[in-house]
Amino acid sequence: MSDELIRRLKEEWEAKTLQSTLRKFPERQTEFRTESGIPIERIYTPADVRTDYVQDLGFPGQYPFTRGVQPTMYRGRFWTMRQYAGFGTAEETNARYRYLLQQGQTGLSVAFDLPTQIGYDSDDPLAAGEVGKVGVAISSLEDMERLFDGIPLDQVSTSMTINAPATVLLAMYIAVAKKQGVDPHVLQGTVQNDILKEYIARGTYIFPPEPSMRLVTDLFRYCHAHLPRWNTISISGYHIREAGSTAVQEVAFTLANAIAYVQAALDAGLAVDDFGPRLSFFFNAHNNLLEEVAKFRAARRLWARIMRERFGAQDPRSWMLRFHTQTAGSMLTAQQPENNVVRVTLQALAAVLGGTQSLHTNSRDEALSLPTEESVQIALRTQQILAYESGVADSIDPLAGSYLIEAWTNEIEKRAQEYIDKIDAMGGALRAIEQGFIQREILESAYRWQMAVDHGDKIIVGVNRFQVEETLTLDLLRVDPRIGEQQAARLKALRERRDTEAVSAALDRLKAGAKGRDNLMPLILDAVEKYATLGEICNVLRSVFGEYQPTTMF
Amino acid sequence: MTDKKIRVLIAKPGLDGHDRGAKVIARALRDAGMEVVYTGIRQTPEMIVEAALQEDVDVVGLSILSGAHMALFPRIMDLMRQHGLDDVLVVAGGIIPDEDVPALQAMGVKGVFGPGTSTDTIVRFIREHLS
Repeated sequence: MSDELIRRLKEEWEAKTLQSTLRKFPERQTEFRTESGIPIERIYTPADVRTDYVQDLGFPGQYPFTRGVQPTMYRGRFWTMRQYAGFGTAEETNARYRYLLQQGQTGLSVAFDLPTQIGYDSDDPLAAGEVGKVGVAISSLEDMERLFDGIPLDQVSTSMTINAPATVLLAMYIAVAKKQGVDPHVLQGTVQNDILKEYIARGTYIFPPEPSMRLVTDLFRYCHAHLPRWNTISISGYHIREAGSTAVQEVAFTLANAIAYVQAALDAGLAVDDFGPRLSFFFNAHNNLLEEVAKFRAARRLWARIMRERFGAQDPRSWMLRFHTQTAGSMLTAQQPENNVVRVTLQALAAVLGGTQSLHTNSRDEALSLPTEESVQIALRTQQILAYESGVADSIDPLAGSYLIEAWTNEIEKRAQEYIDKIDAMGGALRAIEQGFIQREILESAYRWQMAVDHGDKIIVGVNRFQVEETLTLDLLRVDPRIGEQQAARLKALRERRDTEAVSAALDRLKAGAKGRDNLMPLILDAVEKYATLGEICNVLRSVFGEYQPTTMF
Repeated sequence: MTDKKIRVLIAKPGLDGHDRGAKVIARALRDAGMEVVYTGIRQTPEMIVEAALQEDVDVVGLSILSGAHMALFPRIMDLMRQHGLDDVLVVAGGIIPDEDVPALQAMGVKGVFGPGTSTDTIVRFIREHLS
């Protein structure tokens, strides 16, 4: 059937059948649009899909990977169920990890507290009140040894949400592995190591962009030689979306950042296929199920094209957009929190239908505090029900061929590419961040969303409609406020016990290295193994690199 | 005095980088006709009080999602008193458990707004308390 015939028949249907219904029963809205601004048609037909099956979709495990990065996808094995966790001391978090592994979780994901993420020791005055709050406090190799006590590092894969000091925390992980007798070559996992989105949305930056990009590429280079199975970066749209972006902006800004990393690594003299296969991504799964599925597919296709056509990558693994997904924290409600279980289910379903490699499902109580063990169990069970009971994992990319999904996949790819072109014209993601362009675009979307909710144009169940009088019945997790003192005491003892001369010699070597051009990873690893603390190492780097001063927005 | 614009400082105490809420509120208060200064993230209590003094504000809005409010807010309130800012209206928003609210109110935080609060509610609250 030709597109023309379909269009003609659709017009006839609109005139004959639709109009009389619309006259009697008008639709809920005069206009339907996704959050990204994509107009939503009443009905999609083959005439709306401009897709060449071979060029644009193809087969899973083959360019352009629209249908998935592996040939068997979840028929081979399910996605990695990876719950982000960490709070309090290393011992408490170690106990949570052992619990999660025993419950059937298949990978670890470390949440660090804010002082750790910003390179301050637990006893730094700026760490007051923050130690152990949003993640585990790690100030030295000793803390890292406690964190992975009894967990053989050759048998788990570990993702670490660490950015500005990623080199330091990775060095600690390597040092723990060596102490366990594990060869670093077999280590599997990920460091987030995505500094650009920290400037844009997440805020745990330390150093200015240039030296930060050097640390990123030093880590790429070191891992290529010593940790070949490690994902050297997780280029993150998650936080961009949490900051209020649309789905299109999430894809566009993430891939614009990715382009900046590839360019930086090429400029540092690395070959694209030496680091390309170890790049990984991290996306958000939001509430609009269909737009999200299309988003994941569009991102995969767009990245494959960028790596092959723009950067000339030859290794098919360099073309693959492999990604972790977390459900949208910003969509959780403090009101009627049990309803969040349903939201998370829909979001997780989007991630699975979109072909994610690993998934974190948020817990129902996270608009209120860190999750309790019971809430985390429900979140993990949600993934297991999707995997084992829903049947959606048994055939690959099952929504492919839906007129809507294919039309939206095309539309998201097109709109994201337009943004990337605009950012290229500005001189790339770094320039666009320095000028505040990306931050302003996100804020516009965040504000539009808030106004739509405030004015009731966007309904959030339990928040601006279907409210009830309620008193909170969930038990919340509280982090012991004394943990700061406990950490400080431990650090004091460590500083007295360790070989002070060896520590200062290692820090001096690091300082000299930072002033020069050598790869800093071996120097950092050496300092870590002498029990130099995270704060001491970062202070050495601060003294050479300086600190980032953000662009003011107001 | 009725035509004098209400001056507001929106501040992010501590190390928490989640500032979507802070920026959206800043913009909403500005659209409601107030003059708004946003400090940016990673502000110490000293920096916040200094900014409140410098900008001669009527309102300080503290946004925090990291859970460090019980450690940071008492210091901010003490410093404000020391600097004679007792008449400045202090409100807070973010992830603040209900059980902490009485203690925060006792130290002078007049309004605590959790997730899901509409910006209109906050605008109204500020206007009512300053009138």
